[in-house]
Amino acid sequence: MFEFAEAAVEAAIAAGARYADARVIDRRHESMGARNGEVEELSQEASVGIGVRALIGSGWGFYSTADLTPDSSRQAGTQAAAIARASASVAGLDLELTPVEVRQDSWRNAVAEDPMSVPLAEKGDLLVAATRTLKEHGADVALAGYDIWDTTKWLVSSEGHRIDQHVVECGAQLNATANGESETQRRSYPGIRGQYGTRGWELVRELDLAGNAARIAEEARELLTAPTCPSHEAIDLIIGSEQMALQIHESVGHAVELDRILGWEAAFAGTSWLDLSQIGSLRFGSDLMNVTADATLPGALGSFGYDDEGTPAHPVDIVRDGTWVGVLSGRDSAALAGLGSSGGAVRGDGYNRLPMVRMTNVGLLPGQSSLEEMIAATDDGILMDTNRSWSIDDKRLNFQFGCEIGWEIKNGKRGRMIKNPTYTGIGPRFWGSLDMLGNESEWTFWGTPNCGKGQPQQIGHTGHPSVPCRFRGVRVGVTG
Amino acid sequence: MSDELLDVCERVLSRVGEAEAEVTITSGTDALTRFATSFIHQNVTDAARRIHLRVAIDGRVAESVGNQTDDEALDRLVRSGLDAARLRPVDPGWPGLAPPASAPSIEHWDDATAAAAPADRAERIGAFVSAAGDLETAGFCSTVGETVAFANSAGQRVAGRTSVAILDGIARTGTSDGSGRAASVRLGDLDGNSVGREAIRRARESADATDLEPGRHEVVLSPSCVVNLLGFLAIYGFNGRAVDEGRSFAHLGEAQFDSSISLADDVAHPLAVGIGFDAEGTPKRRVELVLDGVTSGLVHDRRTAKALGAESTGHAIAGAGPWGAMPANLVLEAGAVSPDDLIAGVERGLLVTDFWYTRILDPRTQVVTGLTRNGVWMIEDGRIVRPVTNLRFTQSFLEALGPGQVCGVGSDLTLVGGASFGVGAWVVPSLHLASWNFTGGARG
Repeated sequence: MFEFAEAAVEAAIAAGARYADARVIDRRHESMGARNGEVEELSQEASVGIGVRALIGSGWGFYSTADLTPDSSRQAGTQAAAIARASASVAGLDLELTPVEVRQDSWRNAVAEDPMSVPLAEKGDLLVAATRTLKEHGADVALAGYDIWDTTKWLVSSEGHRIDQHVVECGAQLNATANGESETQRRSYPGIRGQYGTRGWELVRELDLAGNAARIAEEARELLTAPTCPSHEAIDLIIGSEQMALQIHESVGHAVELDRILGWEAAFAGTSWLDLSQIGSLRFGSDLMNVTADATLPGALGSFGYDDEGTPAHPVDIVRDGTWVGVLSGRDSAALAGLGSSGGAVRGDGYNRLPMVRMTNVGLLPGQSSLEEMIAATDDGILMDTNRSWSIDDKRLNFQFGCEIGWEIKNGKRGRMIKNPTYTGIGPRFWGSLDMLGNESEWTFWGTPNCGKGQPQQIGHTGHPSVPCRFRGVRVGVTG
Repeated sequence: MSDELLDVCERVLSRVGEAEAEVTITSGTDALTRFATSFIHQNVTDAARRIHLRVAIDGRVAESVGNQTDDEALDRLVRSGLDAARLRPVDPGWPGLAPPASAPSIEHWDDATAAAAPADRAERIGAFVSAAGDLETAGFCSTVGETVAFANSAGQRVAGRTSVAILDGIARTGTSDGSGRAASVRLGDLDGNSVGREAIRRARESADATDLEPGRHEVVLSPSCVVNLLGFLAIYGFNGRAVDEGRSFAHLGEAQFDSSISLADDVAHPLAVGIGFDAEGTPKRRVELVLDGVTSGLVHDRRTAKALGAESTGHAIAGAGPWGAMPANLVLEAGAVSPDDLIAGVERGLLVTDFWYTRILDPRTQVVTGLTRNGVWMIEDGRIVRPVTNLRFTQSFLEALGPGQVCGVGSDLTLVGGASFGVGAWVVPSLHLASWNFTGGARG
């Protein structure tokens, strides 16, 4: 496949690009869904194609095609350069790229059990058993599903990169919906988006979907008669690690994307409340807050060997002891911001999407407390977990998140279950109230397989190492 | 183009043997030019192609998807689908294939839009940016030309094509953003200068906004907000599957909405975009979802139609999975009141340009949280008196349109491109609503 990418890059340079790269991507995706004890959907998708990126002046031109021949690859390169040149009528300053070591390399993630090789019948039996158990234990609608992606990429750049990577990702989830008189309640396991990683089928086996189905269904039904989360202007809030993954993703991960900070996403995804002049000095949270973006974490969903610009995966400090110190960046955004090198965070969603800044594994480093210690240390509070709704403003500052389930905490003990728990806050104020942080034994590499960004829309796979946390004085129970 | 694609469909079906099979091929050009900080920074064109096959062997159903059309690739596509289907249990809800039927003769198509060059999009963006003068701008101009061919082993053969062009951007003052947008089947209808001037006006008029205490207020919602609102009702409510599973608020025959609300799905509407059949090859037909405030209909694919004893309305979405059928061409019937007169009818309330990051809290009650964006203004005694900063709301969208809650429906019927959830472009006017629950300022 390298020969197609090389032909495209040569053509783009010949057509006037001062830099070009091309990715041939062969991706297989398999998904199955079961509903109420029956397999309802099975889809297997295979796509292959080439995407070429050419830089002329201040803008990228990108052309992609599913036709993979030497001629079509050369045409794709020529087209990419022509598209970039067309941007010159509304041009800015020339875009530069930070330097990166040129490598020729291969990379693949560790997989104990190839998920594509597990018999379909066995995978179906797993989902059927889980949804039957959900139904038997009170779910009105019982769903379970898995997804597998098997992706091979070949990258060639005009600077000499020649890198192939094979990435296998998979994961699964189940959820139970219980219908009441005038409402529905849902419980998901292990989270609203399931659990995904750069791992093989062993990840799905470890989830033990069937073993958790009864509890999940019973909780969904119990929520129908649970009291509604009370409204408090300020209360201690303990958040489980799955919801914390969402909290990190939305209020930290997106906020530190350098393309947003530079205004490149202003009209759609939005900008950021962060100002580059404050990097290294701005207080993002309490001293307990340490966040990294680390694409080298084995098995995490945002891991890879090289990003789509050929920058080797490496850890980047984002928040250190509560101070904002780093961003998610690529070669162009890093150069514009005056950073010395790319953060290695540029990826595209398949051959037909322009690579852009995406989260890698953006997560909290663990602290010293266990969840039980947090509960025991709380006189009057609320515990929430499993994301249900998420909404945040275009600067990534004001958020309101809802969870599937909550519990009151009174005098250091977990009390009655509550439904429809929500909390709201302002990013740095909220993170500044962090006073207890889960320990390493509770550190979970959550995977989000559906992060939307860009125009045309791209779906990114991101990882979020996370632990339970306690926050002080949080507004909860916002109702409509 | 459609004949070529139908030929590929036949080549796929010829490989299937005795199984039931349906194949959809989508091919075209999807191009988008993006600008930010007042220059074009990303400019992409995808020569897109997708082949979707669904097979059923005695009720054992599987799907396979590919993007290559050579014989070897089609062999793999079919083998993958058949092998998977043989391993499946019988699907008790399998409704069988759509019978032969002609689709409505609709062609929302413009050759020049489908063939638009990057320079054509850059020209509109240049006009938008120029109109802004010294204000920073950002946004995009897109052109899509898409041909779809469908064939199944029951004898159904249909093809169609659609084009759409969208110009959507913001102007920024430093303390405020303002948006402007336009969409049409024809790129030639989009006037970059006009759209840019609208964004600039909104940006300038919302500069130096002041905070407003949260609470319930009357609102005038722009078409962009109305599309967002209707999206939740459509996806979670007027959907045969949601009703079948007890997740929907919809009760047919009940006056669940204000009598001024009439909502339909109608691909034949002159402002609409899209093709005349769905992912199962069923011809689309107009569905009255709400008539004079009374919930009147649901959209169905073949599965939910079978489950509920109805007929498919032609709203199947490929790969929709547990979501079921979705309206792709919502049309909210316009009223007789201009947007200015809607504002004039407000004693004290807010004018909202856009919603942002709306998420549902409960599908049955339709409680949604989200924020305002790109311009909010206080209205007093029928006049806009000052801009206010963005607000968060937590509001039941069903209650917002309930009986007695709609004070006015605008005459400004507008195609809003890239409608909610990416399932189409919808045609809606502005609305004046009696109450909207703002639960916080965007600054907390």
